Amino acid sequence: MNSREIIENGLWKQNPGVVQLLGLCPTLAVTSTAINGFSLGLATALVMAASNGSVSPVRKFVPDEIRIPVFILIIAVLVTVIDLGMHAWFHGLYVALGIFIPLIVTNCIVLARVEAFAAKNEPVPSILDGFFMGLGLTLVLTVLGALREVVGKGTLFSGLDLVLGPSAKQFVLTVIPDYHGFLLAVLPPGAFIGLGLLIAGRNWMESRKAAAQSAPPVALATGH
Amino acid sequence: MSESVLKHALSTAGIMIGFTVVGTLLLAYTFFTTREPIAQSEAEARMALFRQILPESLHDNDLLLDTAKIAAGGELHNREATLAYRARLDGRPSAIILETVAPDGYSGDIKLLVAISADGTISGVRVLSHKETPGLGDYIDIGHSDWIKKNFDGQSLAKTPEDAWKVKKDGGSFDYMAGATITPRAVVKAVHGVLKYYAAHRDELFAPPAKEESHE
Repeated sequence: MNSREIIENGLWKQNPGVVQLLGLCPTLAVTSTAINGFSLGLATALVMAASNGSVSPVRKFVPDEIRIPVFILIIAVLVTVIDLGMHAWFHGLYVALGIFIPLIVTNCIVLARVEAFAAKNEPVPSILDGFFMGLGLTLVLTVLGALREVVGKGTLFSGLDLVLGPSAKQFVLTVIPDYHGFLLAVLPPGAFIGLGLLIAGRNWMESRKAAAQSAPPVALATGH
Repeated sequence: MSESVLKHALSTAGIMIGFTVVGTLLLAYTFFTTREPIAQSEAEARMALFRQILPESLHDNDLLLDTAKIAAGGELHNREATLAYRARLDGRPSAIILETVAPDGYSGDIKLLVAISADGTISGVRVLSHKETPGLGDYIDIGHSDWIKKNFDGQSLAKTPEDAWKVKKDGGSFDYMAGATITPRAVVKAVHGVLKYYAAHRDELFAPPAKEESHE
């Protein structure tokens, strides 16, 4: 599989959020704002690149029977190391993202990519796959977060200052001024509804594309 | 045949143990190298929070070293033992920072940090953690609104009579936002509780001498 295919799979064709429907636990839990979604997504992408990258070189030494426990062990060690390292040396970032890092261990998309891709491929494509699967997830989390934030709170990018420092506060957009909020979008059911809409949107685009590819001759023949 | 099964099982177990040992070593190494920096950045973050609720002009001691232990439970409702940080100016008590829990919020505990100057006036209150409804009850958090500043800075038992320690809806003197009264009610009650606790235990809280580096 070449890099182009890997990237396309991660971002669109096999998008973990709206096609594989993996990693829904954090997807639904933290996407109350665009920034939350984006931050968790990016952290997940980095962990996935790292876990795919460390499983791939040792894949030949791992007997089939124990591959799952070994992979889980590697992912858990990796996430803990990243968690401690961030806490120690990037405290500002840790305060903003810290609560998400341990959540990543619970994200089955990490194990899914290790098992489905890194266990069968060379290190470099594996890292690429992990990273772009993660970016695909980031995309979904950010859009879902933005959707819920605008509908629920009438703002966009609130909390940016927690990630980029206080000066970023000016970039927070108030999309709907004097908005009283729509609680459903902020609460967990809003996440389910929003994700459903995203999946439907992607399917609709795909089916239109498929129709456009096969339909034209027919459409011409029967065209009124 | 059984011998080869045994051999296979042993080698598999050996590999599993190998990975576990390497993983454990890596974790132990990371834990020990990051322990010091983590403690340091935690202390810095704590001091930054203290500076928000207690003017630096009010103390000349190291707050993190001058602490008194407060047992869990009791009037402050803390789930675990907490530390009271004592501020002193020229060796005399000038303020104290106490942790408390409002157990009756809308969803779960609301953890608060309250700074009280020696005369019993609140110098500042901050929410350490809460699980209130996003967009509704979370205005108690300074990141969402300055409700907590407006309503508590400068408050004291002397300034606000006992029966006015309620939100306005209940006939008290504290603001609330429509749709979320349970949250501020819990916070007001907890802060009131801290002030009463401080009034009753003032001498005790400042009593044990500061932990000095021991010079033998």
